[in-house]
Amino acid sequence: MSEWIIILIKIICALVWFLVIALYLTWVERKESAVIQDRIGANRANIWKFRAIGLFQPFADAIKMIFKEDFTPKFSRKFLHNLAPFISFFFVAVTISAIPFGDVLRIGGREIKLQVVDFNVSLLFVMAMLSLGIFGIILAGWSSNNRYTLLGGMRGAAQLISYEVALGLSLIGLILVYPSLKLSAIVHYQGEMLWGWLPKWGVFLQPLGLLIFFFAALAETKRVPFDLPEGENEIVGFFTEYSGLKWGLFMFTDFMEVLIVACLLTTLFFGGWQVPWLYADGFHFPWGGEWLLPHGIVVAFQVLAFNLKVFFFCWLQILIRWTYPRFRYDQVMDLGWKLLVPLSLVNIAGTAILLSLIG
Amino acid sequence: MAHFLFFLLAIICIASVLGMIISKDQAYTALFLIVAFVCMGGLFGLLEAPFIAAVQIIIYAGAIMILFIFVVMMINLRKGVGPEKKKWTMYFAVVIAAVLVVELVLTLKGTLEPISSAALESLGSPTDLGRLLFTKYLYPFEITSILIIAALVGAIVLVKKRDKE
Amino acid sequence: MIPLNYFLVLSIILFALGAIAFFVKRDLITQFMAIEIMFNAANLAFLAFAKSAGSLDGQIIVFFVITVAAAEAAVGLAIILLIFRQKKTIKSEDIKLMKG
Repeated sequence: MSEWIIILIKIICALVWFLVIALYLTWVERKESAVIQDRIGANRANIWKFRAIGLFQPFADAIKMIFKEDFTPKFSRKFLHNLAPFISFFFVAVTISAIPFGDVLRIGGREIKLQVVDFNVSLLFVMAMLSLGIFGIILAGWSSNNRYTLLGGMRGAAQLISYEVALGLSLIGLILVYPSLKLSAIVHYQGEMLWGWLPKWGVFLQPLGLLIFFFAALAETKRVPFDLPEGENEIVGFFTEYSGLKWGLFMFTDFMEVLIVACLLTTLFFGGWQVPWLYADGFHFPWGGEWLLPHGIVVAFQVLAFNLKVFFFCWLQILIRWTYPRFRYDQVMDLGWKLLVPLSLVNIAGTAILLSLIG
Repeated sequence: MAHFLFFLLAIICIASVLGMIISKDQAYTALFLIVAFVCMGGLFGLLEAPFIAAVQIIIYAGAIMILFIFVVMMINLRKGVGPEKKKWTMYFAVVIAAVLVVELVLTLKGTLEPISSAALESLGSPTDLGRLLFTKYLYPFEITSILIIAALVGAIVLVKKRDKE
Repeated sequence: MIPLNYFLVLSIILFALGAIAFFVKRDLITQFMAIEIMFNAANLAFLAFAKSAGSLDGQIIVFFVITVAAAEAAVGLAIILLIFRQKKTIKSEDIKLMKG
């Protein structure tokens, strides 16, 4: 019984973390774009003249979105039209259950994994859920029964399916290096040391894989350098016919995808919750120093490290989104099929050869 | 728990296949099929085949069904092709299905009883699966890869619009 | 522990339903989907047998079935698209090029 309660608490904590951070990513995006464009950015939302550099802005946005008229066009397929944003939202929200936030926490003789469910094939689970999320876009584009949304939906489907190939192939090299499909096991492997001092993070062992994964994942979030399904200034995109809360769900899903991509980058290539040289009982530095810490502090360090890394990658993605202009559609397809897929094949072959040479 | 999951997934699966047969709109047909495939993925997971379950969802529900929906979108029939006015195909189908069921049950009857559920614990770990794939099943694996390349090229050649004609 | 018979019975039911769908429906795309259902029913039976035999060979076969189904879907849908472009129909009985 108590196990179920623990799982319930874990689910609630993970979801709250996910949703709150994603909500504040909208604020980060506004502020960051403002800094890039030499503006001040959203700072007017206040509670009794208390502005707090616009920290209340996401809540104001959410309230506005909820109370806007939710309009469903007459010519749409009603059921599918209403279903699409929820599909999109749901399949991204589920993925957080596979992300490890930290190692084992021991409280009162109980060992609690800081991960909602430790699937046997959690990496594939995340990929599967992300691939099911595509249906949200296709259905939104199609059920709206509008030429432009249809175009957006088809572009989205083609782009996401193409980049999923590169995404999957880029991870095979990683799986060769860390022989497991379990995200928690992959993070554990990254705690080992190379030559006694360099952490075995994916970024050092799979630099090419990291690049391919990063580009493919950027395309999967369908934000600006790859925002062909949306294409603000040409086709307006697959959610043209949406308004109010349902449009808000689509937009929110985008930010959740940014967050989940940051989580995956951290977990797969940057050691997850690992802090360099931090072991279960404290720091053991390669130059011989030691700094022993109690268990609680070590776990806190791990969770903090995970969060910091995730925030860094969120920041990086928003920076890229506000720096680069959009690709043309043929350029996107060329990049995916003619550059990333062959490169990832080279990466797999190279990794396999190197591994067999080492033994 | 496992029983409950099995019956839940099985009922959803059968219901969505029935829905697929009944529905006239091709969009819903494809959606019902996706639900059925995802449930299948869950059932595969119950059979201690987590890797196959993930592959099922990624490839069947994620890739093949998107291809289907893509084609449905391109052809864009508002209503699918209606059922035949002559009812005899319907009865014929039911008869054939009944014969099929009887035949399958008769075939499987011998195997139904002696099946024991004493299986290995680590059945279906991706490592073992990969090892088997690259040793005992190496030739089928390579032939499949050639098949996929052929299919890829074939699909492109078929659909590509020719400039001259 | 779920008895494996349940899985086999489910597999039989799904296979039969797939066969019914194939005969009842009359457009190529849905018939194609019905074939996929039958594939899946067979996969379920393969996995059930693999578990009962305690060997991985059944799972490998399912793996091959899924890969071949992917290839087959690509080519099959390309053909359907081509038929639609040329004949403006996907009703299976309108396509009788092979009729002598």
